[in-house]
Amino acid sequence: MTNSLEDLAEADVILLTGTNTIENHPVIAQMMKTAVLSGKTRLIVADPRDISMARYATVRLRPRPGTDVAWLNGMANVILSEGLADERFIERRTEGFDAWRESVERYAPAVVERLTGIRPADLRKAARLYASADAAAIYYAMGITQHSTGTDNVKAVANLAMVTGNIGRPGTGVNPLRGQNNVQGACDMGALPDFYPGYQRVSDEAARAKFSKAWGATLPGTPGLTVTEMMDAAGGGAVTAMYVIGENPVMTEPDASHAAGALEKLEFLVVQDIFLTETGRLADVVLPGAASVEKEGTFTNTERKVQRSARALEAPGEARTDADIIFDVAARMGSPMPRLSASGLMDEIASLTPSYAGIKYSRLAHGGIRWPCPDTRHRGTRILHAREFARGRGKFHPVEFIEPAEMPDEEYPLVLTTGRMLYHFHTGSMSHRSAALEEYVPEGWAELNPRDARRLGISEGMPITVTSRRGSTRTHARLTPRSPQGVVFMSFHFGAEAVNRLTNPALDREGKIPEFKVCAVRVEPGASG
Amino acid sequence: MTGTSIRINGKRVSVYPEARVLGAARDLGIQIPTLCDHPLLSPSGYCGVCVVEDRASGTLLTACNTPAAAGMDIWTDSPRACEARRRTLELILSDHPESCVICEKGNACRLRDLASAVGLSLTSEKHVGRLYGINDANPFIHRDLSKCIGCQICVRACREIQGAEAVEFTDLGVRARPMTSADTELAGSACELCGLCVSMCPVGALLEKPGRHAGTEDERRAVICPYCGVGCTLELAVRDNRILRVSAGVEGSVNGPSLCAKGRYGLGYVGHPDRLTAPLVREGGELVEASWDAALSRVVDGLGRAVAGHGPDSVAVLASAKATNEENYLIGKFARSVIGTNNIDHCARL
Repeated sequence: MTNSLEDLAEADVILLTGTNTIENHPVIAQMMKTAVLSGKTRLIVADPRDISMARYATVRLRPRPGTDVAWLNGMANVILSEGLADERFIERRTEGFDAWRESVERYAPAVVERLTGIRPADLRKAARLYASADAAAIYYAMGITQHSTGTDNVKAVANLAMVTGNIGRPGTGVNPLRGQNNVQGACDMGALPDFYPGYQRVSDEAARAKFSKAWGATLPGTPGLTVTEMMDAAGGGAVTAMYVIGENPVMTEPDASHAAGALEKLEFLVVQDIFLTETGRLADVVLPGAASVEKEGTFTNTERKVQRSARALEAPGEARTDADIIFDVAARMGSPMPRLSASGLMDEIASLTPSYAGIKYSRLAHGGIRWPCPDTRHRGTRILHAREFARGRGKFHPVEFIEPAEMPDEEYPLVLTTGRMLYHFHTGSMSHRSAALEEYVPEGWAELNPRDARRLGISEGMPITVTSRRGSTRTHARLTPRSPQGVVFMSFHFGAEAVNRLTNPALDREGKIPEFKVCAVRVEPGASG
Repeated sequence: MTGTSIRINGKRVSVYPEARVLGAARDLGIQIPTLCDHPLLSPSGYCGVCVVEDRASGTLLTACNTPAAAGMDIWTDSPRACEARRRTLELILSDHPESCVICEKGNACRLRDLASAVGLSLTSEKHVGRLYGINDANPFIHRDLSKCIGCQICVRACREIQGAEAVEFTDLGVRARPMTSADTELAGSACELCGLCVSMCPVGALLEKPGRHAGTEDERRAVICPYCGVGCTLELAVRDNRILRVSAGVEGSVNGPSLCAKGRYGLGYVGHPDRLTAPLVREGGELVEASWDAALSRVVDGLGRAVAGHGPDSVAVLASAKATNEENYLIGKFARSVIGTNNIDHCARL
């Protein structure tokens, strides 16, 4: 997030898109709902599904899935043609405006309606509301990024914030909501193929020299493989051994049967987890890890806040923390690393990572610190880009609408879009083993629009088979206008459904994120598949 | 400071224009007993326990919702105020079930606390029971409206903090109670099972089902919620290496009093019997338990063989969006400096 949760409620307008906030980030939804109910904040909700947050919206847009660039450019088109742009901000803080302006000229409301199904009057209302606010914030999640055009979608979001000057002030910003408790921190710490901690590039000679010296080894300078590329490389034989820690790619990868097949080809697979996951069942060695509440450490939340978490319990049996295991493996491989405590490790991180340089355990006792925190007297950064962007001027990137990689056709006439639900989480390895949640929602379902269902001869609760070009799965139908016509929604929490057997592994070319939000399927009554 | 000046228990105090009598008294360090008042919620005046006497006007008034007005001469413990407070509590107790000895709320019950503070016992009034049964319809909340005192903290919390407006206080007279708009079960209503109302209920009308009858904790530990990226702080009540209950409200947390169903009710997995408690190695096609020494030898052998045979880039490492910063840092350091590959990623995109 460019901004912080503290200043969320200072927004006059919040544009929510690609986030089913009440179910995926319930406590942030709570902040938004109360801001709306207090009368301070008005909400624009842009989502194909009629998500619960829409109840709080002043303006509601329901674009066809996978058409985000079109309606976002359309919003910009209205803003420019109605003179609602922030000329001063554009002049002082940005570059590339003219070329971008030309590109959005092609997205007049009537054109956008043809591409997205959004009525011109609604698009104009949304654009006016967003652009006329003193402070307007955009919040988004995987509904924007999990597309083959995910990076373009994010650029279109950023363009909208820049053209209206909604960056760098309280209640504004471009705010992605992160889906795992430490996905921000894992990225910050360089658990990425192209970055060292603090987004220092592995291809940057100075960074490589710095880390080579600190870690006492000559580090490789070529960026590595992303998780989805690792699966391809495993299938193709270029990767022969994998060490998987706390992840379950057999369930989370698109076209999951392909991922499982690839992992089976490995010569050696070690999985370190708290449960025997679907991925662990394929392993040569499974190492028992400690749960997060069984270790001292820090987590970085969606607003960049580094927070301490106490060790509340002992790990069961012989289970050990990831750090202890890694120390052992490294030592046995002949390259021992100093066995530092969590706080000692943070000191090492701080010494190598400018954005974490001021983070020390002793400073985190009464609440967290948001990075960048360049020194131990710095109180952290509530709002990014207040005076300038990381690259100096913010660049308008022209982006053009491209259809999703796989569109419905005669054989697969419906769009499948996937996501989470309130009472379960990710692959369910945690939530299915929490008795109350599991009792409340023991199995998954597919949400269909009642009209589609009637046409297909499907009634409420009926067993159905959902089939894509890659696979087939059985579930039950839930008939609800939450799903627009032509769209089926399923969550990916249920092993029995394994919805990622259906999803399309088409990747965004820059972000390498799979297109989980759109693939073509057919739905048939009965559990025939 | 400009504004109004009033007297409370004979002491003069200046108050801001929007101040209430209750707040003005607290500023002076004078505690007035309350039941339906909550510092995070708008004042209501429903319960009448905070009654005080204004000798300037000769009236009794509820301190929580009465604005401090110029010239007031408030006495918080005058005989009249005390008698009125006692009568109010007697009325509330008169239809409250006499089940304190087995009520899970125990010593945390505000009603019981107040009753003993003013010297009332449950049997001092004729008992008139109410007809509501126990609702056990979902796995999160045990609801016994016979214990409801009508304070509407649940209704206000749902509206003012959670923003869900799932319950309202409806029906008439003695039937008045908190319920969903069509008196349906919470499942299928606007309720998000966040548990906020349960955590704020001053009596035993709303209780959490997970952790009921679990007893008292030895210690409380603040941890970051293992689920989404909001970064809520959970306070775990722990005893015998078990999590008894989860609560919110830790100072400096991003979530204040709020949690969601997963954070509040979703930590059962930690103590689940499926937890791996020993290393497993594949022997003859089966995963069987092994010593750490044997398992780590296999790991070192498997990874070492790949590096030696096909080079470091034949190894790929997946770190975890569930692991700590320190661990992710270590995993990256391990992949890059020990294995010698940049093939490291995690599920950020998935």
